[in-house]
Amino acid sequence: MKTKLFAAAFLAAGLGMSGQVAAKDTLTLGIGLEPPHLDPTGGAAAAIDEVVYQNVFEGLTRIGPDGAVLPGLAKSWTVSDDGLTYSFKLRDGVRFHDGTAFDSADVLFSIGRAMAEDSTNAQKGLFEPIAKIEAPDAATVTITLKRPTGHFLFNLGWGDVVMVAPESADTNKTKPVGTGPFTFDRWSKGAEIRLKRNDAYWGAAAKLSKVSFKVMPDAASSAAALMSGDIDVFPNFGAPELLEQFRADPRFEVVVGTTEGETILSMNNTSKALSDIRVRRAIAHAIDRQAIIDGAMFGSGTPIGSHFAPHHPAYVDLTGMYPHDMAKAKALLAEAGYASGLKLRLTLPPPSYARRGGEVIAAQLAAVGIEAEIIPVEWAQWLKQVFKTTDYDLTIVSHTEPFDIGIYARDSYYFNYKSERFNQIYADLTEAVDPAKRKALIGEAQKVLAEDSVNGFLFELAQNGVWKKGIKGLWANRPIQANDVTAAYWE
Amino acid sequence: MSEVTAVGYIRHRAGFWRRAMRHPGFLIGGAISLLVLLMAALALVWTPYPVTVLNIAEKLSAASIAHPLGTDHFGRDILSMLMVGAGNSVAVGLVAVGLGIGVGGPLGLLAAMRPGLISEAVMRASDLAFAFPALLTAVMITAIYGPGTMNSVIAIGIFNIPVFARLTRGVSLSVWKMEYVTAARAVGVPPLQIALRYMLPNIASPLIVQATIQFALAILAEAGLSYLGLGTQPPQPSWGKMLHEAQTMLYFAPMLAILPGAAIAVTVLGLNLLGDGLRDLLDPKLRGTAKPPKT
Repeated sequence: MKTKLFAAAFLAAGLGMSGQVAAKDTLTLGIGLEPPHLDPTGGAAAAIDEVVYQNVFEGLTRIGPDGAVLPGLAKSWTVSDDGLTYSFKLRDGVRFHDGTAFDSADVLFSIGRAMAEDSTNAQKGLFEPIAKIEAPDAATVTITLKRPTGHFLFNLGWGDVVMVAPESADTNKTKPVGTGPFTFDRWSKGAEIRLKRNDAYWGAAAKLSKVSFKVMPDAASSAAALMSGDIDVFPNFGAPELLEQFRADPRFEVVVGTTEGETILSMNNTSKALSDIRVRRAIAHAIDRQAIIDGAMFGSGTPIGSHFAPHHPAYVDLTGMYPHDMAKAKALLAEAGYASGLKLRLTLPPPSYARRGGEVIAAQLAAVGIEAEIIPVEWAQWLKQVFKTTDYDLTIVSHTEPFDIGIYARDSYYFNYKSERFNQIYADLTEAVDPAKRKALIGEAQKVLAEDSVNGFLFELAQNGVWKKGIKGLWANRPIQANDVTAAYWE
Repeated sequence: MSEVTAVGYIRHRAGFWRRAMRHPGFLIGGAISLLVLLMAALALVWTPYPVTVLNIAEKLSAASIAHPLGTDHFGRDILSMLMVGAGNSVAVGLVAVGLGIGVGGPLGLLAAMRPGLISEAVMRASDLAFAFPALLTAVMITAIYGPGTMNSVIAIGIFNIPVFARLTRGVSLSVWKMEYVTAARAVGVPPLQIALRYMLPNIASPLIVQATIQFALAILAEAGLSYLGLGTQPPQPSWGKMLHEAQTMLYFAPMLAILPGAAIAVTVLGLNLLGDGLRDLLDPKLRGTAKPPKT
C-alpha cells in the first residue's frame, strides 16, 4: 500500500516536472524594491520602470539593450537641418490594452500632460526644450524645439515619456494601461506584480505568457528563493557576497553587466562645514574607493572620479584627481579650521551598498578626524528628509538614471550645488549637436564636478544578474532603468 | 537579641556558600556570567584590536594566532568585537534591570503599603503594560524615537517596570502583615524607614532571582533589536548586529554567525542557570534539600 502511494506520488511529480520543463513560458523575476505605484509618468522611483517600462508602456522611441535609440511607437522620424523640428511617423494598428486606438492625439495628450503646470512628472527637464507639438494627421506628430537638443531622441525613450491614453491616464497608478506586449494582471501589495501576454499586441508577440515580479527586499531570502526555484531570475542581485555561491551552482549563471548607477557620497553643499570646498576635497582625499568596493561590494563595481558612467564613450577618468591621502585630507581640514575634528551626519538608505559602504566610509573619515554619525533610514524617510528638505550632511545613494549629469545644473537639487561655470557648460552641451563638440563638453562637465568636489564619487554600480540557466533574451546591462522581458524566452 | 541575629546571619551565609558549591547549575551559570562580566570589563580598557578601524585587506580571514576567531567582512577582529559586544550587552542588561527595579520596586512597595486607590492604580497600570508584547512595543518605540542603544535600552527597561512592580507588591504584602512590621508601624516608625529597614531585606531574594532572569531577557531583546537594525548602531559592534551582518555570508563564512549566536545563547543560558540556582539556594522552603525539586 505504502509503496503504491510512493510510486503514485513519484509518477505525479515526474509528470508534473517534465510537463513544466517542456512548456515553460512563464518567468518569475525578483526585484529588491516594490514600486510605490505603476505610472512611470508620475513618479521618480526606478522600481516603477523596472516593472512596466517597455513591458506595459511604450514611448515614441525606445532604448535598446546596448543603450541605442530604437524606433518605438514611432516607426520612423526625420530631423530638420537646424535640429529644431522632429517629425515622427507613428505605427499603424496600435491599440491600448483597453482597446482604444493609439494615434497622434494620444501623443499630444501624453506630452501635454507631462508638460502641464500641475504635472507630477518626475523628469520635467526632458520636456523643457519642447516649444510646440502638433499633429498634422492621425499618424504624424511634429515636435518643434526651443533650441537644438542633442539627446532629444534618447530622452523620448525614457520611462517618463511613455504614451498613455486620456481614458486611462488617471488610473495608471493602480491599473496601468499601455500599448506594450504585456498587460497588467494583478498586484498583490508587498508580494508580487503579475503581467500577462497581450495577444492583441501590434508587433511580434512576446514568447512568455506570464511574467511575475516578486518583491524581495532581503538579500538572504532572495538567495533562498532563487535556490528553491521560487524565482527564476534576479536581474540586479543586491548582495554581491552571495554571487560566488551562484557561480559555483550549475543551475545558475551570474551575468555581470553595467548600470548607469553612479554611486556617490552625496554632500549637502550648503551645510555649514561642507560649503567649504576644502572640507569637500578633504573628504575626497580621505576616501579609499578600492577599499569601499572590496569591503562593501566584495569587489563588484568600477571606481569613478566624477558623476559619469565609465562605459560611456565620453567618459574621462578622473579617479586620480584626489588620491587616497590621509595627510593631505588632514591638512585641508586644518586649513578650513577643523583641525580639532568635525562632526557630520551620514544618512544611509536601506540598500547594502549604502549601509555597508557607509560603515567603510565612516571608518575612513574617522581616520582623518571626521566623526560621521551613521543614521540608517528607510526610503520614505530618505526621500523626505534628504531628497526633499535636504536636512542632511552626507548620504550614499546610487543615481541610476542614464546620462544624468544634468542634475548638477538644476536650481534646487538635494546637493544644493550652484555653479555658473557648470550651468554654462551644460547649457552649451544641451544645444550642441556635433558629436566631437558634445564629447568635449561632456568631458569638461565631468572635470568641473570633480574640481569642485561636489560629492564623493565612489563607484559605478555593477548589474549582478543571477539567471537560471536556459533563459535567453534578457538584458545583461542596464542602460536605462528597466527589466525589459519582451524578448525573453526559455531555451 | 542582636547577638543571636548576627550569629544566625553568619550561619545563614556560610550555609549559602556550602550549598552553592554543591549546586552544579548555579556553579556553571555563575562561571559563565562571571566570564561575560570579565570580558565586558576588559573590553572597557583593552581589546586585541580596535573595533572601529577596518582592515579590508585582511577580510574574512580564518582563525589564526593573530586573530584567534578570525576576521569579519571588514577585516575586524571577531574576538575584539565579541568582547565589545559583551560590554554592550552587560550595559544594556544593567540599565534595563536597573530601570525596572529602580522604578518598579518602589511602586510595588508603595502598592503593598498603601492598599486602595494607589495600589489599584499601580497594579492596573502594570496590567496595561503587560497587555503589550514587550519586544514589539520596543520596536515601535525605537522606530519613533530613532534607533540607537539608548532608546532601545529605555524601551526594554520600561517593560521591566511592571515585572518588578508586581513581584515586589506580591512578596511585600505578606511581609507587610508580619507582627514586627505592625509593631514598627504601631510605634510610629516612618513609612520610608519601614520600607527600607524592615521590608526590603526580606523581599530581596526573589528580586535578585527575577533580576537575573530579566537581565538575560534584556540581552536577548537588545540582540533582537540590533538584529533588526534598531538597537546599537555602527560602528559600535553588538552581538545582534554581528548576527545580522553575517546573515548573507552564511554560506561561505558560517563562523561569522555562529560565534555571536553562540555568545548570545551561552550568556542567556548562563544567566538563566544562575537565576535558577539562586532561586533554589535563596528559597527558605528549599533549604536543606540536597537537590532542587523538579518543577
